[in-house]
Amino acid sequence: MNRRSVNSAVWFSFVVLPAVALLSLHGELVADELAADKVVAGKAADESGVAGAEVSLGEFIDQQIRQGWTDNEIEASPLASDEEWVRRVYLDLVGRIPTLTEARQFLADKNPRKRAMLVDVLLENEDYVRNFTTIWANNSIGRGAPQRVSRSGMEKFYREAFAKNRPWNEIVVDILTASGHYEENGAVNYILAQMQMPDDAVQLTAMTTRLFLGLQVQCTQCHNHPFNKWQQDQFWEFNSFFRQVDKRDHRKLDPKTGRQVDDYSEVVWKEFTGPVYYEKRSGMMQVAFPRFQGREVDPGVGVDRRAELAKLITEPAGDEPAQLAQAMVNRTWSHFFGYGFTRPVDDMGPHNPPSHPELLKRLSQEFVAANYDVKQLIRWIVSTEAYQLSSQYGEKNRIDDPAAGEMPLFSHMYLKSMQAEQLYDSLIVASNAHQSGNGSWSAQEEQRRRWMQQFVVAFDNDENDESTTFNGTIPQALMMMNSELIDKACSVERGSFLFEQMSSPGAETQKINDLYLAALTRKPTRAEMTKMQKALARYGAAKLNGYQDMFWALLNSNEFIFIH
Amino acid sequence: MSLWNNYGMNRRHFMQHMATAAATIPAMNFLSHVQANADVLKSSQKSCILMWMGGGPPTIDIWDLKPGSKNGGEFQPIDTAAPGVQISEHMPETAKVFGDLSLVRSMSTREADHGRGRYYMQTSYVPNPTVVHPTFGSVVSYEIGRNRKALEIPAFVSVDGGAGQAGFLGMTHAPFVVDNTGRIRNEPSEESRQRLGARLTMLDEIEAGFMNSRRGELPKAHQDVYRNAVNLMTSRQMAAFDVAKSDPMLGLEAESDVTRDAYGRNGFGQGLLMARRLVQVGVPFVEVNMGGWDLHAGVFDTLKNQRLPQLDKGIAAITADLKARGMLDNTVLVWMGEFGRTPRINQDVGRDHWAASWSVMLGGGGLKNGQAVGATDKDGVQIADGSKAYLPGDIWATVAHAMGIPINTVHTSKRGRPMKLANGGTPIQELIG
Repeated sequence: MNRRSVNSAVWFSFVVLPAVALLSLHGELVADELAADKVVAGKAADESGVAGAEVSLGEFIDQQIRQGWTDNEIEASPLASDEEWVRRVYLDLVGRIPTLTEARQFLADKNPRKRAMLVDVLLENEDYVRNFTTIWANNSIGRGAPQRVSRSGMEKFYREAFAKNRPWNEIVVDILTASGHYEENGAVNYILAQMQMPDDAVQLTAMTTRLFLGLQVQCTQCHNHPFNKWQQDQFWEFNSFFRQVDKRDHRKLDPKTGRQVDDYSEVVWKEFTGPVYYEKRSGMMQVAFPRFQGREVDPGVGVDRRAELAKLITEPAGDEPAQLAQAMVNRTWSHFFGYGFTRPVDDMGPHNPPSHPELLKRLSQEFVAANYDVKQLIRWIVSTEAYQLSSQYGEKNRIDDPAAGEMPLFSHMYLKSMQAEQLYDSLIVASNAHQSGNGSWSAQEEQRRRWMQQFVVAFDNDENDESTTFNGTIPQALMMMNSELIDKACSVERGSFLFEQMSSPGAETQKINDLYLAALTRKPTRAEMTKMQKALARYGAAKLNGYQDMFWALLNSNEFIFIH
Repeated sequence: MSLWNNYGMNRRHFMQHMATAAATIPAMNFLSHVQANADVLKSSQKSCILMWMGGGPPTIDIWDLKPGSKNGGEFQPIDTAAPGVQISEHMPETAKVFGDLSLVRSMSTREADHGRGRYYMQTSYVPNPTVVHPTFGSVVSYEIGRNRKALEIPAFVSVDGGAGQAGFLGMTHAPFVVDNTGRIRNEPSEESRQRLGARLTMLDEIEAGFMNSRRGELPKAHQDVYRNAVNLMTSRQMAAFDVAKSDPMLGLEAESDVTRDAYGRNGFGQGLLMARRLVQVGVPFVEVNMGGWDLHAGVFDTLKNQRLPQLDKGIAAITADLKARGMLDNTVLVWMGEFGRTPRINQDVGRDHWAASWSVMLGGGGLKNGQAVGATDKDGVQIADGSKAYLPGDIWATVAHAMGIPINTVHTSKRGRPMKLANGGTPIQELIG
């Protein structure tokens, strides 16, 4: 047994199980792994210096969340059904809905540990790697096409990182210290994407603090922020770490046209010593030397400032765990629940207190103690009581509504809209198109990328920011109703999902069940069954068309597009 | 009740093709209905065209030149049709129509970050983590659009945009984003048109269950957006998006080469031409985006050779065209970006982000035009002594006034907090006279 899964057992073995589903999630780990757990638990506690380690992490998280319910006098929703939960965990972990076969398998499984087992299986699925690669490539370089950036290079970097489950701190250090050719060392693409305009690394500074440290300091570029703990001098001190970064855009001769065309780009070293200069509002010029969290770095010749920053960035911030860990914990929590502990997730600090400060702190400490193990962090989060809850609220917790601006209490699962990539992959899965040999990984990625571009709106400024029309508005609805993609998903040609399912022998009710299961990961209610049979009857002999329209309707439904 | 009842002419329109007759259709004469609506549309038709300058335009080089100052840059001011108002020498066509336009030269906003500045200028509110404010286009959609029963296409169209959000007013008031070619992606094929009715009937069944399952407002919003999408894809008003299409019933003609050339054969110009057509069919708020203003380097060359010739042509054309058609008094023109740019010219001959003192342009809409309100000091670095500083809320309050939206309108956030229209801004007295 490797270290990761031992760690995962640490708190399972001590957790006070609040309900049946949690039993099935954590249950059998207790007996066979208890001995190992004690050792590791002790070790984890030593490393993190967490006081009161007698309360396991899982128990601690559940207690903290429950305290919020008590304090706000609400009652949590019941546990999610297997149908609701399995769809959710597939979408969150591997970025797509379960296939018909996968759904059937899970629902039929009688093993009380089946939820925990599925999580472990999915974390080893190549779609887990693909999903988190997509997420982090989008975070790092956007969805559009920034100038002189290699998306495939960036994706390759993340793909290897997530496939090997490299520690998060190492991944970030590689990105921040990267140099070289944008396909040979894909990590450089993060930096290249922040260098769209000559700006003395201002955007690189702002994006790095925001994405990897969860701190919004862009305003402190020009002035001290009234609330933010970062001040103007700190912005420029951080900025000075990136002043040795430069990029080189290479051109080459196109033998066909005889013209010079773009070749590769690379991040290269630039000699830079001493302070950076910046202007106060008063017009006074100031100097800033490389410094992070009070630790100064030699500004002299021969010092690689980014390498020095890499050493500092994983250090604890006083009593608090390293900001790098807190930021990742907050972001990852938000990935699974739709809301993090702060809103937005990348604006942490005293001016914006987290909803569950103790939970955030402990989880971050444990993440550090677990050597920044991302899969472990994910296991902890999806094993919480809160993640097992239904997305349906009741009278007793209807006030828990972050969409209305309330602080999230995690007393029920919140709806999340599928991202465009999740939708695309889910349609492919629902229509079995992935099984008909759609080419290599990169060919599939390329297809999806091209499809994605219809939703990308780039703002053409130094922040390289963008927006998407895949945001629940009309362009998304038109795509869902009329696009080639949906036509393909609903195809009744020989070999297609619908053709194979619907032209095989079997009762009509069985077929309707299968369509619901394939699209919504549940069977129809009795009322739905009656209505769908009635609708089908109108098609007469053209029954296949009826199934086709039904599948179209299922895929276009609110229940399909929301992760719940 | 079925979603697809009370569907008026859209339903009538696509039901003609429908394979099944799953629900009853209100009988209605399609043509005469549109005709009657067209008359209503002509009268008291208030609209707004927002020209959004993404990236932050250097207004010191366009609207508020500082000749003789160290910050003055390379351009000289010229006179305009408005007595006493001078603008950049690279805006000669706009200068000719300036009697119908105005400047507010004393904008002083505080957000100099693209995202925050955009949010502030478009909503009048600074970003707040617990509430999403509607952009003003969404406010217009909510206040005016939902009362235009004959309007079948969205009441807030954004050409080449995408930043705006409807916030607590709900997804149906979000901008409909199109590109400047007017091509709507994923229009239905003839086959999907024919099967739409049957499919929607089934969809209705499936959606209802989820909507009533205590999962918040999103499932219902999804259905509302689909309703709008079906409305759109079955509407003849779609012709407004395509400058090559004519529809006499809607008062639309195919745009001639002369007209298209006059607006400029570029995204901004053609976007403005589309905006005029959209206003003709009753869309109350159209945003036309022009990017490329984040001029941290080489500001003068870029302005002179690329940005200003297109801008000049576009503004002059839309102003003259609306006027010639008798639409100008009913159409408010607004020109702004997220902020201005530093008076000081940087080492790369660029200008950086600057929110302390800059300009916004307004026009048409029955405003008292041909003037410049407010002033900056001789170097452009602050609002001049004795000049009033304006916020985005004051601009939008002025627009609201011109469009007949009551200034004291208050919306309610999802949390029940009252939200004043334009953040309680005041219409600019000089402009509303």
